[in-house]
Amino acid sequence: MTSILAVDQVYKYFGGVKANENISLNVEQGSIVGLIGPNGSGKTTLFNSIAGTHPIDKGSIQFSGKEVSTLPVPAVAKLGLLRTFQQTRIYGKLNCIDNMLISAKPPKDDLFSVFTKIPLELNEKAETLLGFVGLYQKRKIRAGDLSFGQQKLLELSMALMNEPKMLLLDEPTAGINPTLINGIIDRLIKVNKDFGITLLVIEHNMRVIMQLAQQIFCLAHGQLIANGTPDEIKNDQRVIDAYLGAQ
Amino acid sequence: MNNKIIFYGLIVAFGLVAPFLFPAFKLQISIMLILIILSLTWDVQGGQMGYNTFGNILFFGLGMYICSSFQIGLFFPLAEWTASGGEKTFVHTPTQFFQGFVVGLVLSGIIPALVAALIGYGILGLRGHYFAICTLGLGIAAGELAGGIELVGAGQGMTSPPWPKGIGDTELRSEFFYYICFTLMVCTFLFLRWAYTTRFGLVLNAIRDNEDKAEAMGINTMRYKITGWVVSAFFVGMAGGLMGNMIGYIEPVETAFAGRTFGVFMVLMAILGGKGTLWGPVIGAIAFHIFKEGFWTFFLGWQYVALGALIVIVVIFFPEGIMGWFREKYPERFGEEIDEEDRKAEVELK
Amino acid sequence: MDFLIFQIPILMVQASMDGILLGILFALIAYGMALQWGVMNIINIAQGELVILGGYIAYFMYMAGIHPAFGVIVSPIVMYFVGWGLYKTIIFRVVDRDLFISILATFGISILTQQLMNFVFGSDVVVAQSNFGTTMLFNSMVTLPNSKIFAAVVSVIFAILLVLYMRRSKLGRAIRATAQNARAAKILGVDTESVYAATFGINAALCGVAGALVAITFTLHPYVGLPYTVRSFMIVIIAGLGNLPAVALSGMGLGVFEEFSDYIFGTEFRIAAVFLLLVLILVYRRFKLARKREYLK
Repeated sequence: MTSILAVDQVYKYFGGVKANENISLNVEQGSIVGLIGPNGSGKTTLFNSIAGTHPIDKGSIQFSGKEVSTLPVPAVAKLGLLRTFQQTRIYGKLNCIDNMLISAKPPKDDLFSVFTKIPLELNEKAETLLGFVGLYQKRKIRAGDLSFGQQKLLELSMALMNEPKMLLLDEPTAGINPTLINGIIDRLIKVNKDFGITLLVIEHNMRVIMQLAQQIFCLAHGQLIANGTPDEIKNDQRVIDAYLGAQ
Repeated sequence: MNNKIIFYGLIVAFGLVAPFLFPAFKLQISIMLILIILSLTWDVQGGQMGYNTFGNILFFGLGMYICSSFQIGLFFPLAEWTASGGEKTFVHTPTQFFQGFVVGLVLSGIIPALVAALIGYGILGLRGHYFAICTLGLGIAAGELAGGIELVGAGQGMTSPPWPKGIGDTELRSEFFYYICFTLMVCTFLFLRWAYTTRFGLVLNAIRDNEDKAEAMGINTMRYKITGWVVSAFFVGMAGGLMGNMIGYIEPVETAFAGRTFGVFMVLMAILGGKGTLWGPVIGAIAFHIFKEGFWTFFLGWQYVALGALIVIVVIFFPEGIMGWFREKYPERFGEEIDEEDRKAEVELK
Repeated sequence: MDFLIFQIPILMVQASMDGILLGILFALIAYGMALQWGVMNIINIAQGELVILGGYIAYFMYMAGIHPAFGVIVSPIVMYFVGWGLYKTIIFRVVDRDLFISILATFGISILTQQLMNFVFGSDVVVAQSNFGTTMLFNSMVTLPNSKIFAAVVSVIFAILLVLYMRRSKLGRAIRATAQNARAAKILGVDTESVYAATFGINAALCGVAGALVAITFTLHPYVGLPYTVRSFMIVIIAGLGNLPAVALSGMGLGVFEEFSDYIFGTEFRIAAVFLLLVLILVYRRFKLARKREYLK
């Protein structure tokens, strides 16, 4: 029952806006945890805080026992905590394979490894992972030419290439053709079970998150209003109110 | 693979005999080689990394001054040389000249590289417009400052060491500098060709395509940005050192920190040829040079106006350049696959 | 380096007053750049060239026997159409494209304009004489050319006129709407193309006014445009896009800096001082933002 991510009383303000107010949550290693809440409730802000995109105003965030709230983004990523973005971020002018190759962790990462060649074995791993998300056929195509949904898949496989310990997924099924969503769910479950990667997932699609998550946290107006198992959350009046807009 | 070796071999062979095939154009071809170096090194930032630099001329000018200053300063008091007519009182012996040249040339690569390493952390932290205008400011400021330093001739500039007497004529001089230029160009090209096959190349491209993503994936982008600038500074600096020697007279704003000429050329050539590719800048430099030499007289009087118009036209209508045009037409040659169905679907969606 | 100025208070007064008057002129040019930047998200590297071009209009009036002060009326009118024309031929093609292309396009226009002016007007340094005389203050210890005072006053007048126009007129409201949300404005019926062209024209007109004033108070040369571009860029990044009083203050601050720098480092290093200040400001900003894990956008 080890906690891989411990968010403790985190506050984040943007000017006068309280984007995150006294957020505390724990993610158990190896689990899939959901983060839900209406638009503007502070979910992506929390992701940004955890990933290091901006500093937090109060509180602490610990990943695998290390304090990460003071670290810049690359440092957090190197510890094994990666995140995907709502608007997909990929390297548009490079083809899928290159996107994958550059996403792998280099064996040595110092000044002298700048000019090392990328090992040929990585090509195989890249192709396997691309196959895992169903992009093997598109592997030589420029990432920028992929459809939005395909780019989302590419982003996921790029993250997997990096062998993270934990993934923050920001709306992984948003914008995806409904018929393909089951495929995504299956893959995410596989990523969690077979690769052992802990997942913290922001989702608006209730069906998806209820299927995926073992535990769900709900945010509204920057605050944590509920947490529990999917069944508990489904019937939680506060959650229902938040989504239906009752003030 | 064999085709490639033959191809490169032919180029080297041609390069070696060119001074004898076109004896009247030795200086011209040397300058073209310098332009290729300028274009290739600009592309490391501008094309591969997506950072529009208008300040690489800083390293060119630095290299120019450093090379000549050491060539002179090793043997004679520099201040007296740069004083009016001073260069007439001091004469290099052949040994002095070549010793000075070697030291000067090496330093004209190393010192700009060190400067790049020093200021890189600050300057390369800027992006987009801010980086562009900041580097523009650096390049111009350098020229203005050099114009105030008495030691290197201030606004009047200084002469670079003349060819020593007794070892051949101007032809030999031209040939000497030609071969040095050619060697430097080949070294620059081969180094970059190799560098682009390593992590370095892919990281630069990743930074160009989405720097935030690269950081989010754990890449230490600053390390690569600075390395790239150091590499560019090194080769551009030496190109400057060579140019100073070839031209014979170094003026701060017109020759050394020549933002309005070489500074602009290096941007135009890389884009014209195809930024972000290895051969693009080379082709662009050659095409530009031929255009410039061939049609300069055509445009007599308003050449630079035509140059300005050319930049606008190329940037707006032809931003992918010659190589980009080829890429669109023959993507398979570049190892790319275009999925026609996807392409059409995308177009409809948009 | 000569710190004499700090030992002689009256020199500091002279430099400060010169600087403030100069700075107001800079602020006018900066206002135009901010306008365009805010509305179209294009940073006009050719801003300085537009100023010089405007200056030449006043100069030719002077050569034709008309008092160059009237240039502040004629120049903006002509320059408005120049700006409008530039938009319709070149700029409209880069408005929606990536940053890379818009930087290079305005850079190309800057080079093109410089060289065009050099070709057409020649490379002599010229001045349009206004013969306005000088004002003496503090027992004649401080001398201020009336042309500089005239320049500052005219700048303030035009700035106020523009602010009123932006607030009261239909076009002004359309511009402000487009600046806030171009897509929404378009949907609501605003002709964004016309707005963009008009904005570019207004910016060019402001440069025209400033140029006429430069022709009277300083000197004109085809290649001296870039420092004006850099100055207005600096003022905008210090003051921000929406804050006119901050633009005025930053402009005056910059003017005072330049005048003091003349005394301390010598006039021959004035341009170098301006550009190095730019580098310093940008690098300072870069490190300050990096603490918050941000960067200049």
